[in-house]
Amino acid sequence: MQKRACAFAILAAGLTASPASAYTAYVSNEKDNTMTVVDTATMQVVKTVEVGQRPRGITISHDGKFVYLCASDDDTVQIIDTATLEIVGTLPSGPDPELFVLSPDGKTLYVANEDDNLVTAIDVESKQVLAEIPVGVEPEGMGVSPDGKTMVNTSETTSMAHFIDTGTHEVTDNVLVDTRPRFADFKPDGSQVWVSAEVGGTVSVIDNAKREVVKKIQFAIQGLRAETIQPVGIAITADGKKAYVALGPANHVAVINTDTYEVEKYILVGQRVWHLAFTPDQKTLITTNGNSNDITFIDTATDEPVQSLTVGQQPWGVVISPK
Amino acid sequence: MSAPAMPGKLAGIMPVRSEPFGLRHYLICLKGVVLRECLRFLHQRERFISSLVRPLVWLFIFAAGFRQVLGVSIIPPYKTYVLYEVYITPGLCGMILLFSGMQSSLSMVYDREMGNMRILLVSPFPRWFLLVSKMLAGVAVSIVQVYAFLIVAWLWGVKAPPLGYLYVLPALFLSGMMLCALGMLLSSLIKQLENFAGIMNFVIFPGYFASPALYPLWRIQEASPLLYKICLCNPFTYAVELIRFAFYGQIEWLSLGVVAGCTLLFLGGAIIAYDPSRGLVIRKQDMGGNA
Repeated sequence: MQKRACAFAILAAGLTASPASAYTAYVSNEKDNTMTVVDTATMQVVKTVEVGQRPRGITISHDGKFVYLCASDDDTVQIIDTATLEIVGTLPSGPDPELFVLSPDGKTLYVANEDDNLVTAIDVESKQVLAEIPVGVEPEGMGVSPDGKTMVNTSETTSMAHFIDTGTHEVTDNVLVDTRPRFADFKPDGSQVWVSAEVGGTVSVIDNAKREVVKKIQFAIQGLRAETIQPVGIAITADGKKAYVALGPANHVAVINTDTYEVEKYILVGQRVWHLAFTPDQKTLITTNGNSNDITFIDTATDEPVQSLTVGQQPWGVVISPK
Repeated sequence: MSAPAMPGKLAGIMPVRSEPFGLRHYLICLKGVVLRECLRFLHQRERFISSLVRPLVWLFIFAAGFRQVLGVSIIPPYKTYVLYEVYITPGLCGMILLFSGMQSSLSMVYDREMGNMRILLVSPFPRWFLLVSKMLAGVAVSIVQVYAFLIVAWLWGVKAPPLGYLYVLPALFLSGMMLCALGMLLSSLIKQLENFAGIMNFVIFPGYFASPALYPLWRIQEASPLLYKICLCNPFTYAVELIRFAFYGQIEWLSLGVVAGCTLLFLGGAIIAYDPSRGLVIRKQDMGGNA
């Protein structure tokens, strides 16, 4: 009897001692039309779910109940219930949705329609289109300010960052950046927008008040040709001190000090690293590596890669549950 | 085992001990042999520097050149992508042990030619004990070299998990013992110092290149299945893998078994080869004396 009590005590201790960072990550796999569900504590695949064609952009409702997924070739945004992992609905995204962003209040989804040169604003609750905003050619990157008043879209061919007033749904400013801007991310204090340029190989830091580029960050990795460095995904820490930039076919993630704009480190990950996501405790960063079909977990305290995990074919985007 | 084998002509000079040796005596002998090897190593600064320069050249120059060529893929014990420098570091540790083991075999040949070996061989301790002591001395010196290399590699930015540097010690010891025992066995077969070049060509280079020290074995398998099988027959392959896994706190049981088995095999062979009653060494000692 005592033995059994002892075993229970050990079991209980083991359960409570398990790391607090047991979150769920959702990875969209562009090529095999699936979404991989990953436990961030054990770093293991929990389940693989069939979704629409060419899943790319992925995000999650602020309460963690629904995952929104761009099924680009199905011209729709799918809603997936995180409890049952079943597709429970769709949103009228317009054709070829690639990337989107959810407003800070969680009510509006802004979708970039790559083929139609539009940004579509959708009311998540009523599933109605609120507005269609014409932007540059091949819109992709989407960022929203922490106060929800400004939205930034980048257009790949026009090479511009378009600032959109979310109240009037009109473009207020256009800022020219380097060739093929892919992604836009606001600093948590809303003072700056960071825009990556895939072909230009730079990250432009735009002052949100002045709406002009204040700094261009360049990258150089020893032994790699400059053209392999193609910045795509950006993730800025909640305290705003560090920014991580995925460098595409360079297979590295750059760690940037946001005060000095200096690259402090390059972290080796899988091939063609595309997008990034932090766990809510900010202790782990997950990268999607499209060509090596895996994701890499990075410890943000040491900025060392911890483990890589094989997921579906061509992982594209990743989002982590808030709880 | 306790009755020491002594050459007949010495029996008259040294008093024959009737009681067996105690542990203390053995330790004194071991200490003497190890200290002599260490002293010899310390006095040969060039040897220390060259033993350090060789792997560092590979790490700094070769690894830099091949960084992109060999590509990245995840194989155990690695959990994520590693740079080529990180991949070859365990192989370079093995390289130090290999060269060092062969060097101690070279020193056996040298000792025999110069007549120094007699001092060791007239010792009243059993021959196997003398050989093992000599090997322990050789391994101790190689391990110092390996750690010196690892410190420089660490400063260069090639880092293993901190505890890995502790875990790797037993793996280095066992691998070092295997390679020293192999060197010892070979030294019994070499008649003259000049023949050491043969060892370089027939043992060190094939052993080193036909192993996963520089490239993962799956790469070799892609190129040639036959070569892959040759690599699998190479004991050095298992020494490298044992060291590689140990850096990450893991035990590769197959490698452990092969390395331990080969150590015993080579050691047994060396003991037989150096056994005076078999006549192998006596014949060569005469040659050494005449030289």
